[in-house]
Amino acid sequence: MSSTTDPRVAGGTRRRRRGPRTWLATLPLLTFTGLCFGIPLGAMAYGAVTRTDPASGATRVTGEHLARSLQGPYLGSLIGSVQLSALTALVGGVLGVVIAQAVVTSRSAGLRSAALTASGVLANFGGVPLAFAFIATVGISGVVTQLADLTELGWNLYSFTGLTVVYLYFLIPLMVLVIAPALDGLRPQWREAAQSSGATARQFWRHVGLPVLAPSLLGGFVLLFGTAFAAHATAAALVGGSVPLVTLKIADALSGNVLTGQENVALALGLDMILIAGLVMAVYLPLQRRSARWLR
Amino acid sequence: MAAMTPTTRYSDGARDTGEPETGAPARTPARRPRRPRPTIWRGAVLALAGAYFLVPLVASFVFTVHVPGHGITFEAYTELLSADGFTESLLLSLGLAAATIALSLLLAVPALVAVRIGSPRLRPVVEVMCMLPLVVPPIALVTGITTVLRWGPEHLSRTPLYQTFIAVQNEEFPVVLVLAYTVLALPFVYRSLDAGLRAVDVPTLVEAARSCGASWPHVVLRVLLPNLRASLAGAAFLTLALVLGEFTIASLLGFQPFAVWIVSISGAQARMSVAVSILSLLITWLLLIALSRAGTTPSTAAAAPATTSRKEP
Repeated sequence: MSSTTDPRVAGGTRRRRRGPRTWLATLPLLTFTGLCFGIPLGAMAYGAVTRTDPASGATRVTGEHLARSLQGPYLGSLIGSVQLSALTALVGGVLGVVIAQAVVTSRSAGLRSAALTASGVLANFGGVPLAFAFIATVGISGVVTQLADLTELGWNLYSFTGLTVVYLYFLIPLMVLVIAPALDGLRPQWREAAQSSGATARQFWRHVGLPVLAPSLLGGFVLLFGTAFAAHATAAALVGGSVPLVTLKIADALSGNVLTGQENVALALGLDMILIAGLVMAVYLPLQRRSARWLR
Repeated sequence: MAAMTPTTRYSDGARDTGEPETGAPARTPARRPRRPRPTIWRGAVLALAGAYFLVPLVASFVFTVHVPGHGITFEAYTELLSADGFTESLLLSLGLAAATIALSLLLAVPALVAVRIGSPRLRPVVEVMCMLPLVVPPIALVTGITTVLRWGPEHLSRTPLYQTFIAVQNEEFPVVLVLAYTVLALPFVYRSLDAGLRAVDVPTLVEAARSCGASWPHVVLRVLLPNLRASLAGAAFLTLALVLGEFTIASLLGFQPFAVWIVSISGAQARMSVAVSILSLLITWLLLIALSRAGTTPSTAAAAPATTSRKEP
């Protein structure tokens, strides 16, 4: 930050001449996002709250689509998505912390760098290939399914539980990536200080460890939630329609030959999703800023 | 850094065989004799995690090469090149990725450099604009894009804009996908470039180059960009991985790049779709591993693929 302000003070007059030109360099980016991001979003929001009469062509504002997106199967799919995201974020968050703690406390630099590289790679491994890897492994004729007779045990990949297991494959590494720097921030000196003043391990975690980690933990949970909530490709390639998810409902409504009203419900569902994801990000960003204090 | 090669191998072996239980205690007590218990706990956690993350990979490889009743065959891989649509969809994806990388860098680099050297007040605006796509799930963006694309035939059929709407939806090279992918890639490009610019004292470099009489294009091309090489490469790799794996937008807009093609053959040729999935994973992983090493010294970056690729089945 200081590096940008210093020359400004030093070359005050020169900067004024240069100012407008540098400002122009941001214009393509801002125009592009305005056009290619703003217009589709605006169109979506507009379509979600208006209705055009096919006969007269008149458009009027209505809350009908939003209301319908919060009813019946659509509401079910929103709830299903939120449930799946919350469950996977919780389980993935806890397991991610445990694994990250195991990696961070082991004093092997090699294990650490390998685990973090692997996490970086696995966290980016969503989508279609992941779905197919799991179909080949624990799908109906998957290798492990055949070997371990999972079907007899009531296992079904194409279900809520199945999706949870698949989502955890990229959510756990994501949590490891997010939380490892925070766990690093827990200095051994703090634990030693707590120990030498007579604190038990439990007291250390309750009064020092968890308060320090809390923003990162919450931030990680929220990030995982958002990632799971927005995921579509994995679920589409895996379950098709057997699990009610809002992304799958939107895809159905968009790709099927449905009535215009239905299409606008898809837009309304998209708006619902953005509101939920925006809420989630509004929680995440300040938390991330707060936890950044402990990273150095 | 010097310890990278042997230690990576150590932990790779550890993931396969559950070695940390035997390997780690031998190492740690030498330095720290007091904590034997957490080591067992740690070994168990890492072994379980290793199993969870390795089993699907190994099992999918077995799935592709082992045909029940026929034994081991590599047909799923050998028949790939002649498969219908494989080359076309892969080339389409690569072309889209190249265009997306070019466009996103062309947009982001000037803006970020400008914000650094002359317009710090625009910085929050640029940051918010670049980060906003993170809040919008791709599927929500698609609903907006389809709505906009429908305007073409509905409202604009008598204006010259109509031709533009047709052109961006060209089957051969859907520009609309490039635009959408650039939006999706902006947060990653921004973060990568911002980190790179943070590491360089841009104003000083620019002042120095300018007072030596360098022209503006010269400053950007010969002074700034070489310093940003690692983060430019990072941004490009992330974008490439994103475009190669993207499914939602392309499938809902009715185009068939790589990820959509994999799904389309899965019904008739399950083995091949899994084989392609493994291959695309391998490619993405190699890219990302190369990226994660891009910031380190050239020698380790060159050695990285050799030491890490053995992890794959």
